[in-house]
Formats: sequence, C-alpha cells, structure tokens
Amino acid sequence: MTDSKYFTTTKKGEIFELKAELNSDKKEKKKEAVKKVIASMTVGKDVSALFPDVVNCMQTDNLELKKLVYLYLMNYAKSQPDMAIMAVNTFVKDCEDPNPLIRALAVRTMGCIRVDKITEYLCEPLRKCLKDEDPYVRKTAAVCVAKLHDINAQLVEDQGFLDTLKDLISDSNPMVVANAVAALSEIAESHPNSNLMDLNPQTINKLLTALNECTEWGQIFILDCLANYTPRDDRESQSICERVTPRLSHANSAVVLSAVKVLMKFMEMLPKDLDYYGTLLKKLAPPLVTLLSAEPELQYVALRNINLIVQRRPEILKHEMKVFFVKYNDPIYVKLEKLDIMIRLASQANIAQVLAELKEYATEVDVDFVRKAVRAIGRCAIKVEQSAERCVSTLLDLIQTKVNYVVQEAIVVIKDIFRKYPNKYESVIATLCENLDSLDEPEARAAMIWIVGEYAERIDNADELLESFLEGFHDESTQVQLQLLTAIVKLFLKKPTETQELVQQVLSLATQDSDNPDLRDRGYIYWRLLSTDPVAAKEVVLAEKPLISEETDLIEPTLLEELICHIGTLASVYHKPPSAFVEGSRGVQHKRLPGSTESGESESPDTASAAAVSDAPPAVIPSQGDLLGDLLNLDLTPPTTAGPPPPASSGMQMGAMDLLGGGLDSLMGDESEPPPIPLRMDTPQSPQLPHQSPSPPDYSPTELGGDLGGSPAIGAGFGAPPAAMPASFSAPVSGGLDDLFDLGGGVGMPMGAYSAPKTVWLPALKAKGLEISGTFARRSGVIQMEMTLTNKAMSVMTDFAIQFNRNSFGLAPAGPLQVLTPLSPNQSIEVTLPLNTVGPVMKMEPLNNLQVAVKNNIDVFYFSCQYPISMLFVEDGKMERQVFLATWKDIPNDSEAQFQIKDCHLSSDAASNKLQGSNIFTIAKRTVDGQDMLYQSMKLTNGIWVLTEMRVQAGNPVYTVSLKCRAAEVSQWVFQSYEAVLKN
Amino acid sequence: MIHSLFVINHLGDIFLEKHWKSVISRSVCDYFFEAREKAVDPENVPPVLQTPHHYLISIYRGKLFFLSVIQTEVPPLFVIEFLHRVADTFQDYFGECSESVISDNVVIVYELLEEMLDNGFPLATESNVLKEMIRPPNILRSVVNTLTGGSNVGETLPQGQLSNIPWRRAGVKYTNNEAYFDVTEEIDAIVDKSGTTVSAEIQGVIEACVKLSGMPDLTMSFMNPRLLDDVSFHPCVRFRRWESERVLSFIPPDGNFTLMTYHISSQNLVAIPVYVKQSISFFEAGSCGRLDITIGPKQTMGKTVEDLKVTVHMPKAVLNANLTASQGNYTYDFTTKLLVWDIGKLNPQKLPNLRGSLSMQTGVPNPEENPSLNIDLKIQQLAISGLKVSRLDMYGEMYKPFKGVKYVTKAGKFQVRT
Repeated sequence: MTDSKYFTTTKKGEIFELKAELNSDKKEKKKEAVKKVIASMTVGKDVSALFPDVVNCMQTDNLELKKLVYLYLMNYAKSQPDMAIMAVNTFVKDCEDPNPLIRALAVRTMGCIRVDKITEYLCEPLRKCLKDEDPYVRKTAAVCVAKLHDINAQLVEDQGFLDTLKDLISDSNPMVVANAVAALSEIAESHPNSNLMDLNPQTINKLLTALNECTEWGQIFILDCLANYTPRDDRESQSICERVTPRLSHANSAVVLSAVKVLMKFMEMLPKDLDYYGTLLKKLAPPLVTLLSAEPELQYVALRNINLIVQRRPEILKHEMKVFFVKYNDPIYVKLEKLDIMIRLASQANIAQVLAELKEYATEVDVDFVRKAVRAIGRCAIKVEQSAERCVSTLLDLIQTKVNYVVQEAIVVIKDIFRKYPNKYESVIATLCENLDSLDEPEARAAMIWIVGEYAERIDNADELLESFLEGFHDESTQVQLQLLTAIVKLFLKKPTETQELVQQVLSLATQDSDNPDLRDRGYIYWRLLSTDPVAAKEVVLAEKPLISEETDLIEPTLLEELICHIGTLASVYHKPPSAFVEGSRGVQHKRLPGSTESGESESPDTASAAAVSDAPPAVIPSQGDLLGDLLNLDLTPPTTAGPPPPASSGMQMGAMDLLGGGLDSLMGDESEPPPIPLRMDTPQSPQLPHQSPSPPDYSPTELGGDLGGSPAIGAGFGAPPAAMPASFSAPVSGGLDDLFDLGGGVGMPMGAYSAPKTVWLPALKAKGLEISGTFARRSGVIQMEMTLTNKAMSVMTDFAIQFNRNSFGLAPAGPLQVLTPLSPNQSIEVTLPLNTVGPVMKMEPLNNLQVAVKNNIDVFYFSCQYPISMLFVEDGKMERQVFLATWKDIPNDSEAQFQIKDCHLSSDAASNKLQGSNIFTIAKRTVDGQDMLYQSMKLTNGIWVLTEMRVQAGNPVYTVSLKCRAAEVSQWVFQSYEAVLKN
Repeated sequence: MIHSLFVINHLGDIFLEKHWKSVISRSVCDYFFEAREKAVDPENVPPVLQTPHHYLISIYRGKLFFLSVIQTEVPPLFVIEFLHRVADTFQDYFGECSESVISDNVVIVYELLEEMLDNGFPLATESNVLKEMIRPPNILRSVVNTLTGGSNVGETLPQGQLSNIPWRRAGVKYTNNEAYFDVTEEIDAIVDKSGTTVSAEIQGVIEACVKLSGMPDLTMSFMNPRLLDDVSFHPCVRFRRWESERVLSFIPPDGNFTLMTYHISSQNLVAIPVYVKQSISFFEAGSCGRLDITIGPKQTMGKTVEDLKVTVHMPKAVLNANLTASQGNYTYDFTTKLLVWDIGKLNPQKLPNLRGSLSMQTGVPNPEENPSLNIDLKIQQLAISGLKVSRLDMYGEMYKPFKGVKYVTKAGKFQVRT
C-alpha cells in the first residue's frame, strides 16, 4: 500500500522496465511508473535517461500525473535542454487553461526550468499571468519574475517585468502584495544600486495594510521590507510603530523578530521623553522572553539577536534576568549564549543571583560551558565593583575544587581582577601559588607568571617560582616566554640583589637561544635598558598600567548600529556586517539607524547620544576576531617605495617612546634588526599580541633612528622636503608639533595658492569608526593630499596604508602614508601625503574624480573625492607670447568655451595676481573700451596647455572667460578652478 | 530564499533531498557531518553553519535532521520556522515524523514539499489548505484509488488561499457541531538544593479542535486575562479586539489548531506543585554513593498529582544503582546513565521515597558534577496559573454547538538541582 514498493524494483534492467511501463497504454500503469521514477529521483538516483518517456506523459488531463511530470521536468530539464523544448507547447497551452490552478502550476513550473531556450517562451505567458484576473495566478507569477531574474536578469529588465512587479505592490490582494515584495526584495539583493523598492509614504501605507491580511510568511517579507524605509519624521515613525506592534503577538517567531527589527530601528527616531517611547520599550520585552521558550534552534537565533538588543538598549530586558538561567539539558549552543547575555545584564541589583547561578554552572559536566562560566565570574567582578569581593571568594572556592581546567580559568580571570582593582585582593596570591604545578595551559601559565612578576615584592620565593618556570623555557609557548622574560625583569628591578643571575640567564635565553624575533627584540630592549639606565628601566617596566575597561567584547558602536538594522538576519547571528560574508549580495548597502543619518557635524540629540556611547569606555578592546575577519581579503600594498609598515605597537606606552629613542639608535647601530618593537608587555590579556605585527621590512637602521628617535630627529625631518616628513610622532610630542608642521608646509608657498577647506571624505559610520576629511593643495610645486584621520571607534588603529585607483591624470602617492604611531580612540592625526603624477592613467567620470582605498588594521575602506584641477597647473605654465598667439589661432573656434564668473569684485590686476598664485599666468593685457582683456595660459602636469582670454570691465562684477584647449573636456574643470581661486 | 532541503537520519544517511532552485550537490552536507561529529550529541549541533558558499540551517526533530541550504541573506528564523512546519506537516499527514514513514510516502512527501515552497518562497503551509490539494493517505482511499484510478491530488483550487481567511476551507459541514478547547500549562522551573525556587515560569497553550459547519465566529473570554504576560495568537485571532477588550474573537480553522500560546514569566509568583527532598552523595572510599529522594505535594490546589516521574542523569562513574522504592518502579540504564523512577499517583498520606546505594567505578575520582533531577507530572482539571475560560460564544451560524474546555497542568523543564 505504501510508496516504499516503488523502491523494490530489481536493480537489473530497472530503467528498461520503467521505460516500458511509461509507454504503456494503461493510464494507471503510467501513473505508477511515473511515481516510481519520482521515488528514485528523491533519493538521488539518476533517472534522467527516461526524459523523453516521462515528457510524453505530460499531455494528460489527470492533475496528479501532470504534477508528477512537472516535478520530474524541474529536476532534469537542465541536463536535457533539447528534450525540454518538447514540453514548451504543453506549458504554453496550460497557461491558457480555464482552471486557474493549472495556469498557476504551468507558469510556476516553467519558471523552475532553468534552460535559456525555454525562458524565451516563458515571457509571453508570464506577462499574461501577471495580469491574470485570478489573484492565485498573479501571486504565483510574481514569484516567477524572481525566478526568471535569477536565470536571465537582462531579459527581465528588457521585458519590463520589473515595472509590472512594482505595480503589483498596489494590488488589491494582500498575498499578491506580499509575494511581489518578496520577489522585489530578492531581485534587489543582486541589484544593489537599482532603486527597485521605491519606498514612499503611499507604498508604505499599502504595505502596512497588506501586513494585516497576508500569511505569516508574507508578513516577514513585508516587515523586512519596511525596515529599509526611513521615515520622514518622528510622527510617521510612531504611526508605523503603532501598526507594527500587533505583529509582536504572532505565533511565528520569525514574524516577531522581524517586527522587533522594525521597532528597534524606528524607535531611534522617537523622542525619548515621549510617552509612547516608554510604552514601546515595555512592549518589546515579553515577546523576546517568549521566543526563549520555543524550540532550541529558534532560541539560539533569538539569543544571538537579544545579545545585540541588550547592548543597544539594556533597559528592555533588565528585569528579565531569570529567563536566561541555564537548564542542564539545554543544548550547549544555547547555554553559551545565555551565559553571555547574563553577564551583559548583570548589575548591582541582580549580581547575587547571577553569581549563585554561575557557581552552579561551574560544577556542570560540559567543559566548555564550565570554563565560560568561570570566566563569566571574573567578568562580573570587573563589571560590578561591589561584587568583586564576592566574585574573588567564589573563584577561590572553585580553585579549591582542584579541577584542573577550573583552576586554570580561575587564575586567568583573577589576573584581570588584579588589573582592575590593584592592591586589593593580593592576599589570595598564596592560594594561587599552591596550584602552580597543575597549570598546563599557556594562558594560565602566562597569567600566573604575570601575577608573580607583578607582585614579586610580596612573594618571598618569587625568584624560585620563576626559576622553576625557566627550566623548560624553550618548550614554552611564546606567550609564556614573553611573560616570563618581563616578569623576571620586573623581579630584578624590585629585588636587584638576589636575582642578578636569574635575569642574566633569561636575557641570554631570550636573545641568544631563541628563534622568535619578538622575544629576541624584547630581550634586547630590556638588556639595553638595564645596562644603560636602570632608573629609566624602572620607569618603563614598572610604569603604572592603565586600568582595564569594564565591559569586554562589546560590539563596536557603528557595527552595532548596522547590526541592529539587520536583526533577524544571518548577519545578526554572526555579528558581522552582511558585506563581510554574504556571497552574491554584491555591494550590500550599509544600513544605518535613522536617527543618526547625518554624519559628524550636525549635533542632533541622537547623534550626540550615539557619540556619547562611543566616548564612554575609552580603552575597550573589542573582540578581535570580529574586526580582523575582513582583513584576510585585503590586497593593498603601498604602490611606490617600499615604505615601513606602521608598527603594530598598539599598546605602545607613549612615554616609552622618548626613553627608548636614544637607546634604540645605538642598538640599531650594530644590530640591523627589524625596527619597530611592539612594546605591549604589560597587558597579557590584550588580544593584540606582538606576533601579529607585520613582517619586518627592508629598512636601514639610520633612517629608523631618524624617524623613531625623539627630539633630535625632529630637526632632520623638519628640514627635509615634505615627502620625507614623518607625519606625526607619538601623541605627547605631536600635540605641539602638529602646528609646527603645518607652518613648515606653508613656508615657501607663493601667496594665496588656493586650497579648499577640508571636507569629510569618509564618514566614520562607513569605515568602522575611521573618519577621514581632507583637501588637496599644491605647495612648492608638490601636489599634496592633506588629510585628518580621526579614530571614532573604541579600538586603537594601526597599520595605515593608502592606494589610489587609476585616474585621469595618473595621480599616485609619492610615498607611503606616514602614520607612525597608532591612532588611539578619539585621537585625530594630520597627515600630508605628497603625490606625483606618474601613476597609471584611466579616464574617470567626472574627470577629476579620485578613488582612494585606505587600509588599517581593521579593514579596507573605499571612498572617492574630487580634486581641484588647479593643483595640476605646473609652475612653467607661462607660454611665450608668440606661441600663445599662434596656438590660439591654431585651435579651431568650435573648441572654444566661454564662461562667466559672477560676483567677482577684484580689479583685473588683483585677479591676475591671485591667479598667478595658482599657476595661471597672465601673458598679456590689453585695454579696449574700458574693458581689460587678460590673456592667460596654464599647463597641466600631463602637458596639456590651456589658453584663456578673460574680459574684466571695471565696475561690472561679471567676468567673461573664453577658453581654448585641445582637450576640450578639461574646460569646465578649469573654469571651476577660476571660480574657486578668484572667490577665495 | 530556501534553496534545498536534505533529510538526514541518525546514521548520517541522506534519505531525501529536494531542490527548489538549481540542484546542489549533497556533498554540501559534509560540513554538517563534520559539525555533527564534533558536537557528539545530536542535540548539540549548532543550528546555523557557514560553509564557503552556502549556509546550512538545520533542526533536529524526532531523530531526524532537516537541513536546509541557503545561498543569500535570509532570516534564519524564517528557515527554522519553516523546517518545523515541514516536520509538523509530516506529523499531521502520517501520524509521525520518522524515516520509515517518510520513505513509505515519498511521493506524497515530494508533492507536499513542492506545494509548500515555490522557488524558496513559502506557498501553502496551512494544513487546511494543503489537505485540500493533497489528500492525506488512508487505507480506504488507497483501495478506492487503485480500483477506480482516482488520485489523491485535489482537482479544485484551494479557495482558502485567496480569501481573507486563508486558514479556513469553505463549505464545511458536520452533523454534530462541536468545539473543544484544551488549556495546557507547563511549568518550567529551576529549584535549588535547599528547595528555593530559582526561576519559574509557565508556558501555556490553548489547543482547539473545532468541528463546526459554515463560517462560525467565536469569542472566548477569560475570568482573569491580566495574568498573561505575553501572548501569541493564531492568525485567525483579531488582535484589536484583544488589545481593547481582552477577548479572543476569531473565525476558527477547521479541525485541530493552536489557538494561542501564552507566557507567564518569573515576575509573577508561580505555584510549584511538589517539593523534593533529596540527597545524593558519593564517597571516595569504597567507591559507592547514596541516594535518597522523597517527593511531597506543595501547592496542588487540592488536586491529585499524577504521572509523577523523576529522571536523574547520573555521572559517568556510576555503574549501577541498588535502590528500594516505596512506591512505583525504578530503572537504571547503564549505557545512558539515566535513572528513571516512575511513581504514578502522588499519595499525600504516604510520601513516595527512593533510597539505596550506588555502585561506582573503582579508581575513578569522585564525580565533580551534581546530577540534576528532572520531574515530570500531570495535574488534571487545573491550570496552575489560575487562568479560567469564562464564556465561549458563537455568532454567524444558527445551530447550537457542543462546547467544552479542559484544563491540564504538566511539568515542562522542571529541574531540581542537588
């Protein structure tokens, strides 16, 4: 009776047997045979050989048989395109069938046959079906447009199906609307720039109406589409929110989460003091909690999203801590996510409960979970100061259990607690030391060594302890080796008398016997420091450490904003922007929360609050994995000279810079070793470990001295042409010097060379916190790109580099981007990049467009800017009078362009002077009828001459410029330069 | 949208595949098998996996993995919800959702999948609509079909798909008109060692079985609707009415459906029906352990607790259990380390007790973890939250239906820590 009988045919001659049955005269036998074929197909058997026989069964009035044949066709048409053509006629006929079910079925199946020849025949039936009187057919046809677009996008556009689809958004039937929206959204995803979903208040209104009446799946499509809309004002925003809120009570969790997305986004626009705002916040919590009682897979996605929501608006769920408590039979992926959210919600009010739970979890079976729970206790201590003491005692209890991995995790987090609350809990060190022998993981060993070194003066046998680690020095991981080296140096500085031998031992191990450059370099620095100036060494090594931040692995605010716009999508599950991983979504637009659309300057209350968020924790280190993810697909090398990659010394102590200057010089004198040494020795928990620094470049030691060495080198850099000018030194120095450099840049510049004020080229929102503003100038014959880089993110930025796309005049950086020091959060840096014009040439539109890629340790960012063409006017652009006359006559009159400059009140002489500052030279001047005629010439870097005649009438603010040039397309840009120069 | 579906059994065999767009090689599942291997237990396989070119979103239902392959940015919840819907539909059609039943009905399964999704867009997922187009198998029909050459595919257009109430088919007729509602509440709770409630919440659901002719319009009102913290409704429920009057007003689908689910969170006081006194300890010397569990009634509102069952997931080192139960039976499965004590009805006069010794593997250090107890129970005729249906009215039809409401309370994830 069951379908399993279809599988029982004997293997031998199976196809042959089926063939015979398919060609049988008996209807019933035919159907059974098709069923057998389908059954084989479902389990992946190849039955494509039966194609002609199955297609022959298609002409039938039996609906089931027809459906089965259609199923078969969809699967195999691709491999038998010629045969599939045979089916076309039946399809076209079925599309005219009086039964709407058959019409819809035919057009649906046809769209699934991915054969070019068939798609051509599909167009006419599809057009008819899109306008069918039956909504069932229309809604099926809407999806079919998306299918067709997937197969042949051009065809869909040529046939005008997209417009028809757009019209369907206004259809009377909600299902048709929903499917049209779904189809358009899918098409739009592969079509980033087309303005397919033209959302305006009218369409939004239609969508909201359809939202109430369509199926659950349609609601998801419509809600996701709504989320892309930016309301005009807070009133519109509120009215949309009001109409979307009922969706929060839908049984389908995907509908709920999509509704949450719309609300979270549009809420940004509501004033915080509005009553409705508070109501909305209250309404969001219960549905989110309910999602957690669904199936574990749904819980997982919900938790990943709640993680984002909690970071953006912690107030929503602050009272719901208990629902995140872990049950022992939750799947591990749910447990880990719940734990994460528990810590985010931990506050003084609920910390006791949280700690009790965490302690409970630390005795569970699952090792990963236990580790994370122990770590979480440490994070609570750091986050909620009042609880620190209790956390420490909980951790001590756990250490007493002597479970190996628990002890190790506990030691790692206790080290962080020491960093956060120095001189408070050191009494526990004794307990920690008891467990020294059981530590076998590098991270725990490194943490323990750090503790011993940091508190060497309080640990009587610190030297013995460290010595015991030293025995197997070469077997340790780099992390431990580096830590051990630093710890022993600390110990030596604290107890110099007893430990001289030990420190010598470790220094020789590190410098002579090690292959690791990081270790060797650090060893050398210490060695040199200790031998030249122990007092300075003390200041460097035992310097006070910056406190570690409260909240770890927060998502960077700009990314968080983007992710909030993507709630419910894969991006929200991975906590990465869609552009980082979604294949096929070519050029995904970065979405931003509406409240903060205006960049930088405009201080709307929303941006202010957003900025406040990013300002608050200054030293947060966001989880590196997220940020570094993009770095892999990066292909950017400085185009010209192989310059020094900026040192990856993220944590470089600013003070240390000066101290090291002199010592390094001499050190480098005899040791041609890789230069910039990452100096992050004090914070072992930093994810930016030294070995992530770029490979050492070819670089001569003297130059390095010049660049790195403190004040004496500044003079050298100063006198040199700007090309070799180090852009900036370490922050304390650069503060005062920046101005000097600006001055230096201005020296020798002819008066009044025009340079536009800086404009924002790359807003921080688009570049993960890096803001670039800048302008172009020509100073002393050198074209310069002057930029201000501002770090608006929360992590340190390093490794800057720049590259240009090919452009109209072959502009290219003449040197690498000189950003030597890491850019700390909220710091700005002025950089001057000299340019040359020997790069590859490609005509751009507009002509003066320049596409730039800037790289830092986080990602590569692209922007384009336009440069004034006047900066390309060279100094020897003064033409001989005779030549001018001849050339003017030579250039045909039809390539003469005429412009007017209005509202210019300069006299002709003043204008001429001003223009000369920008290398526009006046060759001759004639006065006719009270009108001054100025004949001027200029030459572009690529040798193009431009000749002009400027007429100035005294008292008339309108100048007329006639311009002749063999390359006519530059005319309008030259004119623009005239205008800019004369009016500034 | 959803590109392909693979159904995989517990052995890791792909026994069904369906592609809604181009065909994707089943080798894509290798990434899933890798993750499956890593997770050890099938429940722990992460539901969203990233591969170089695809995303794999899976659910685990009835020892089967439903694995969908997607290529573009699609809301994962949408996919997961859909997969559960597929599993629900199989359950609905064939009575269970297992490998054998799917293989037995492979053609219907294929037809269903084709109807449910078009090019990755959901088409018809309402069971009412589906059943109109593809009739569920039953023995009588197969016999009739074989004799008459009939088919199990409907010839008519599913009218419901087009109307404003897609969930109800037209022209329903019954001789006995009846509507039954089951209010089921599940208590999810964590109780700690000392008997204090760490967290407790109630998941409630109202399941309906409505067999009414024509287009009945029902309203259901509650004695105390303010109890409910969060509600999710079947699409048929008019939300406005609920917002303003706290009344459920709806035109029901035909047959069985979930009218609403609700949630009463830990903010409110949740009654815990039983208390558990337990002590489980392990001794280093002699490698043995003791176990002593007693259960008594706490807040049962005067009703009897039935189907009481305690499950303990013992640490690995426990080899065997030698216990005596004052009531009911216990079993200890050596391989899964599951101790199950089936008690039955709770007698308040004579509290059930289970005690005895556990034998442990020698030479293994004492287990670190404390096993948690999982409690199952059932209380008939009681909604533990106190929720009560006060009225059920029908409009739009003339006949007088037979109505009934049943309450039951169960333990959901009810855990006692030791």
